[in-house]
Amino acid sequence: MDQFTGKIWVLGDDIDTDIIIPTEYLALKTVQDMAPYAFSPLRPELAGQIKEGDIIVAGKNFGCGSSREQAPEIIKALGIQCVIAKSFARIFFRNAINNGLLLIENDKLRDAVSEGDEITITINEAIMHHGNQYPITSLPQNLVDIINAGGLVKAMQRLNHVSD
Amino acid sequence: MGMTIAEKIIAAAAGVSSVKPGDIHTVVLDRLMSNDGTTHLTIDMYNQLKNPRIADVSKLVWIMDHNVPCDSVKTAASHKKMRDFAKEHGIKFYEGAGVCHQVMMENHVTSGELIFGADSHTCAYGAVGAFGTGVGCTDYLYAMVTGKSWLLVPETLKFNLTGALQEGVYARDLILSIIGMIGANGANYMAMEFGGEGLKTLNMSDRISICNLCVEAGAKTALMEVDEIALNYLKEHGREPKHCFQSDEDAQFAKVYDIDLGTIRPIVAKPHFVDSVVDAKACVGTHIDQAFLGSCNNGRIEDLRVGAELIRGKKVHPLVRFLVVPASAAVYRQALAEGIIDTFMEAGAIVMNPNCSVCWGSCQGVIGEGEVLISTGTRNFKGRAGHKDSFVYLASAATVTASAIKGEITTADLLTV
Repeated sequence: MDQFTGKIWVLGDDIDTDIIIPTEYLALKTVQDMAPYAFSPLRPELAGQIKEGDIIVAGKNFGCGSSREQAPEIIKALGIQCVIAKSFARIFFRNAINNGLLLIENDKLRDAVSEGDEITITINEAIMHHGNQYPITSLPQNLVDIINAGGLVKAMQRLNHVSD
Repeated sequence: MGMTIAEKIIAAAAGVSSVKPGDIHTVVLDRLMSNDGTTHLTIDMYNQLKNPRIADVSKLVWIMDHNVPCDSVKTAASHKKMRDFAKEHGIKFYEGAGVCHQVMMENHVTSGELIFGADSHTCAYGAVGAFGTGVGCTDYLYAMVTGKSWLLVPETLKFNLTGALQEGVYARDLILSIIGMIGANGANYMAMEFGGEGLKTLNMSDRISICNLCVEAGAKTALMEVDEIALNYLKEHGREPKHCFQSDEDAQFAKVYDIDLGTIRPIVAKPHFVDSVVDAKACVGTHIDQAFLGSCNNGRIEDLRVGAELIRGKKVHPLVRFLVVPASAAVYRQALAEGIIDTFMEAGAIVMNPNCSVCWGSCQGVIGEGEVLISTGTRNFKGRAGHKDSFVYLASAATVTASAIKGEITTADLLTV
């Protein structure tokens, strides 16, 4: 997955973990059960409209708030292949990487796009939108390895057993 | 080059002589806290491992607090999973003892430790100079199994405190002011360090309240200089410090803020963001349906005393529910001994067992469509306390209690007029 194209959904600043998955749905058994309620306090219809391979483009501080790991898991369960934001809250950042959800920080794209646009991402290189190119920084190799393995637990499993 | 407190703790945990911001280090963790918010998920993942093992069970502390006592068959199932696993593996386990961070402060945390907590408000432990940071259940699992994790060394924002808070102004007002000033991601990925002469005027309850809320500015951790007050707190609770680190004089800070505590005013954070702060006076007259005094941020005996002092001889407004939730069983018993629980009940408050309560919008006390809560809880995100179309204002114990009496948002000084 060095390059891929997807349709974007556009969100604002400070999309917090209670927006991504409200507390009342955390008691549901699986993230698949929770996924229909993703973003429901803000846009109740959104989870039903997101298609496999779509991309979220948001403002600053995406994922702020709780350490609930269901937040990135649900975004992944919805089929979102990547979240691009001006910045990410740090606990969400770790949780997303650990669950194999790709995050890209870019502070310009959000203000240049409209919902429904298509963008093309070349990993560790750039985002293309309407002929404009937005350079992206590369992730450290240890994080890339975790994402490619499908998350930290799977990366651990790949070693067959957990060792020092 | 000199190091900050955060850098010194990471260097010690990584077994190296020095670190600098941006470095990634493998660290050995001193303690691993998890609560019933996500532990069932950690257990599910643990059970899928090929060779599951716990690196050092003596470092694990598991605490029931988010749904205590259970309010549904679903949460009872996840509680049972956590309780059974803790028993089977000999993990230190608390149920009914209180909100996890308060229980950790009372019983476990000590200066200089590096602690992962599967809860965002783990940064509270900086009140005694420990590096506490919130992680998700996958990071927790990895640390539980290996005893280690990786950490990016954060930059540090330094807050030099001078002066003293005025009468009627609280630590809660200070930290909300700071979050308002730097913004909800103003300290993202960073450590927030507090020191200066002003720190010496703040008691341990104030310090926990300040450090606890730093994650609402995005901070990775909060740290305070360890002084006599912190050392006395540890001593009273039967613990010795591991390391008492101070930042070196030539330590590099990303930014230094000088804050005169005497300039801080009572503050309210309006819906739906913690950095949406205004002078509390600007919210006077705002309708409320419920008030909440409790949480890891403001449910300590000092907070209950402030509330009790205000409400003694008065009544909760008839159109308001006032929930009072001591942060721990120890706090609850102290409040009983001081007659504080009686004072609240005499006034018509609903006193509940120690738990996270409406601060996290599950369990008892959730609010309905269109309702308004004023709270000493940690967050005011949209839908945080119940219905997605409800509203949460955050304020100090004094402002919350005064508002419960008045039936609308008001400040304590206006109550007697």
